[in-house]
Amino acid sequence: MAEAQPIVPPLVITPEREGSRPIVQVLHDWIVTVDHKRLGIMYFCYGILALVIGGIEASIMRAQLAVANNHLVSPETFNQMFTMHGTTMIFFAAMPIVFGIANYLTPLMIGARDMAFPRLNAWGFWMTALGGIILYFSFVGGFGLYGAGSAPDVGWFAYAPLTSPAFSVGHSTDYWTIGLLISGFGSIATGLNIMTTVLCMRGPGMKLGRMPMLVWLNSVMAFLVLVAIGPLTAAQLMLLIDRYLGGHFFDTQAGGSAVIWMHFFWIFGHPEVYILVLPAFGILSEVIPVFSRKPIFGYNIMVAATIAIGFISLSVWAHHMFTVGMTSYANAFFVASTAAIAVPTGIKIFNWIGTMWGGKITFTTPMLFSVAAVAQMLIAGLTGIMLASAPFDWQLGNSYFVIAHFHYVILGVIVFGVFAASYYWYPKVTGRMMSETLGKCHFWLFLIGFHVTFDFMHVPGLLGMPRRIYTYEASRGWEGWNLIVSIGVIFQALGVLFWVFNVLKSYFKGKIAGNDPWDAWTLEWSTTSPPPDYNYAELPVVRSRRPLWDLKHPEDPDWKYE
Amino acid sequence: MYPRSANCESNSSMPCEGRARRSSRQVARLALLFLACGSSAAAATFGPSPVPSLFSPDSTPAHDIYHLSLFVLAICLAIFIVVFSLIVYAVVKFRRRDQDDGHEPPQIYGSNQVELAWTVIPILIVVVLFLAAARVIHAIEDATFPPDAIEVTATGHQFWWEFQYPAYGFVTANELHAPIDKPMHITLLSADTDHSFWVPQLAGKTDLIPNRRNEMWIEPHALGHYVGQCAQYCGIQHAKMLLNVMVDSQADFQKWVQDQEAPAVTSEQVAAGRKVFEANACMNCHTIAGTPLANGRFGPDLTHLMSRTTIAAGAAPNTEENLTLWIKGPDAIKPGCLMPAMQLDDQDVKSLVAYLMSLH
Amino acid sequence: MAAASVTVPQAEMPLSPAMRGKVGMWCLIVAESSIFCIFVVAYLYYAGKSVSGPTPAQVLHVPIFASICLFSSSLTIVLSEKAIHRGNIKQFGIFWFLTLALGVIFLVETGIEWHRLIYNEGLTISTNLFGTTYYSLVGLHAFHVTVGAIGLTIILLFTLFGAVKMEHAGRIGVFAMYWHFVDAIWVVVLSVVYFIAR
Repeated sequence: MAEAQPIVPPLVITPEREGSRPIVQVLHDWIVTVDHKRLGIMYFCYGILALVIGGIEASIMRAQLAVANNHLVSPETFNQMFTMHGTTMIFFAAMPIVFGIANYLTPLMIGARDMAFPRLNAWGFWMTALGGIILYFSFVGGFGLYGAGSAPDVGWFAYAPLTSPAFSVGHSTDYWTIGLLISGFGSIATGLNIMTTVLCMRGPGMKLGRMPMLVWLNSVMAFLVLVAIGPLTAAQLMLLIDRYLGGHFFDTQAGGSAVIWMHFFWIFGHPEVYILVLPAFGILSEVIPVFSRKPIFGYNIMVAATIAIGFISLSVWAHHMFTVGMTSYANAFFVASTAAIAVPTGIKIFNWIGTMWGGKITFTTPMLFSVAAVAQMLIAGLTGIMLASAPFDWQLGNSYFVIAHFHYVILGVIVFGVFAASYYWYPKVTGRMMSETLGKCHFWLFLIGFHVTFDFMHVPGLLGMPRRIYTYEASRGWEGWNLIVSIGVIFQALGVLFWVFNVLKSYFKGKIAGNDPWDAWTLEWSTTSPPPDYNYAELPVVRSRRPLWDLKHPEDPDWKYE
Repeated sequence: MYPRSANCESNSSMPCEGRARRSSRQVARLALLFLACGSSAAAATFGPSPVPSLFSPDSTPAHDIYHLSLFVLAICLAIFIVVFSLIVYAVVKFRRRDQDDGHEPPQIYGSNQVELAWTVIPILIVVVLFLAAARVIHAIEDATFPPDAIEVTATGHQFWWEFQYPAYGFVTANELHAPIDKPMHITLLSADTDHSFWVPQLAGKTDLIPNRRNEMWIEPHALGHYVGQCAQYCGIQHAKMLLNVMVDSQADFQKWVQDQEAPAVTSEQVAAGRKVFEANACMNCHTIAGTPLANGRFGPDLTHLMSRTTIAAGAAPNTEENLTLWIKGPDAIKPGCLMPAMQLDDQDVKSLVAYLMSLH
Repeated sequence: MAAASVTVPQAEMPLSPAMRGKVGMWCLIVAESSIFCIFVVAYLYYAGKSVSGPTPAQVLHVPIFASICLFSSSLTIVLSEKAIHRGNIKQFGIFWFLTLALGVIFLVETGIEWHRLIYNEGLTISTNLFGTTYYSLVGLHAFHVTVGAIGLTIILLFTLFGAVKMEHAGRIGVFAMYWHFVDAIWVVVLSVVYFIAR
């Protein structure tokens, strides 16, 4: 192999630790950084912090709903909790986390030294951070001088006219609007950056058709960010015009329409689900092959399915609005488009099974989380099929069934995927392995908690329990189910504690990982752990989808088959 | 798109039942599995229940949805069993064994035939699901009504329901009365924010949206008291915006209508209470038909308050004790509701309650 | 194995890191377009739905002069791009200044139009749905022109101080894309506001 230069640089693999530099200096380094890896870590940590806060808000709601006629929190508090929980989890937990993963891994995976626009990258992060701070400032500043402590209470989708000055006095809704507007600018910047990085910054030989699945899914995610955040931004601007300049966009007294807000919001809102879930799909598509010891089954159709999901997801938004009285033809159209998106999603599930089929599966913690996520995606997809059937949705819409369904997606797939990613790439980020024992405790606790909560949450929905109610009558037959649902939260919280403990402990005590602890195939495993600031001393030349497989198996390289 | 059903257009005297049977049969035919179950369940009634389950429908549109939902559930269950078994099989069969030889397994990159199969089969399933859904959408949304269908206008308020019966010219609140086996066409409006009318045993939900006119219909087939509640977040007391629907026999319904049409009973014994009512802001928000002063529209019509089983949109049973509590401080029953505490002294409250108790 | 003798062709990369400015600007244009799209949809949806006057037909005059100015600024910015590609900084500066001047004339014309609408016709953003949607859509566009004008001014100042050189042609090209986008949006806004939903 004359021209085969080593892809793995022969470097020592002891992770470097920050020395005993003054804390101010370390902090300064992090604050002014434009390095995609540091920004990725900051995004991720910011998202985890928001995840914990949002989780506490969810726990408060579950405590309130555990029994009928409970008086633990006031209706005001409960309404603020579900608004803040939804907003926090979507915009300040899930999005920063997937952006963080995309930021850290995209340049490494395509053989680049940084993102296309490193400074814009930092700007995007700080905008997102600022948005969250503004949102949470509402807890002390929502009513200005009239009384501290009023978070927004209009729901995370903030239907008009509840957000109009007449129904939402004070400034709590403004904090919500401005917070999301600003974090939206940050999101657009990051989407733009990921897209440009993928298009322009690929290393030698890294054709589009050779990119790792995660990069493909992240680039479709970035496309959706560019297309879908705009409508939210526009709608928020209109809401601000209504609230501050006396506009009438959503003013039903002056001929405005409450329904058009729903359209604008969901034109953003549904692609948003895919913005969050596509990176999770990408994680599964990286982890499952490595631990099955086989390449991803049907790379081309996986990419095609991803692109199909991206486009179809832009045409399904009104399935959130089956109950607003659209015409039968409009309803039928959105049934068709929504059901159609099940096809590419199904293809993905089948291809993951196809990847495992005939492999030699090792059940490390990331693989456990990934397999669970595949099974949960199946269930989430099937309840999605039920909800896509408009007449069924007339019953199920806005009930606890819907909450169970989308938490299956968001927790069961996205958060499981994120946990898988955390175990899988932790060695790359820190240079040390996470503890498998603690990881398995985390997995089983979280799995049990997840299923106790969200499997049983479907039932009160089927029994007619609407969402967003702070209390309910004992006679409705929802009581026992809600108690079970609330009990599951304890297991989930314990699981997350195990994870946090594992992350912290492994940082200091974990086994030294080396460059490539999983015997994986994508480029990021060819550099040191953690990677140097410039990622690659020499940009690696890529000849196939699995450059490290080629290197490890020179007798049977992948590029012979492509 | 399929053509409008001729059955709906021409046979308008019995639109709903005919359509229900027909659609349920066609849905069931698609399922094959569910053929027997579908046609027998069409005739069954479950009766009202305090648990508003989707699976005990007692009204034509709810029945249609119920059959569709069984069909969809069956398909989803079948898919789940097949795919979940595949996952479990793959995970168990292809796990790395203890006596592994350390070699990599055969590297398979994909298979066009297999991928084509698992693209085409889901597409076929999706087409079937779409057709089944489209049929029920058409049956429910494009229904026509016989001329003697009962017309009701429901207006959502923060946080209670107003029901107008335009044909009879009276207004009531929070408890809807409907005759059995007769279509009732409900026009949905909102006075403030979005609401949603949801009584699961009678029909799917439809939103009440300001500056928009929505409609829905029910055709109940069993007597009794059905429960539901507002299903679109509408503000602080969304949770206690409950719905009660009383399905009466034809005779009982006619009697109820006659009672409601009559003006309020005025009795000299409760004149003191009436004076309190009319001297305070009560009359600005509440109507008591037959009295010249009390004609407010902001709160529920109280003309026949005692004909209702609950107060505060179902938040509490309609008893003397609760009425007293409610007037003294509505927040005790429904914190954050829009009715203010009137700061009346005990004597005034007592006479006011006595007056309200006389409004049969 | 024959692998050793196989020469791997370097994959042709149509988009190089040098192109990232243009690609990034395209991404920004996609995102901006979706924002404008929603405002245009709102304008069209609410056309004729105002519960009180004035109506567009009563008060709107087609801004012919302003539109000509804005459209010709696209031409001048193309000429200045050509100039900098040739390395003719002086010519670049002249055409750049012309572009800025035309943009500013457009903004001033818009300001005069708004003044007339507010003080003579009594149409403000809170008058009716027409006012709300009109000022929002036209204002959103004018805001973008303003941002462009600020950018033009900064680059003009750099040019005057001699900091702009031939090697900056690529970056100037990226900025010109933004300006063309703002012009293109005006085609949409102009036809929607002054012709389609009149």
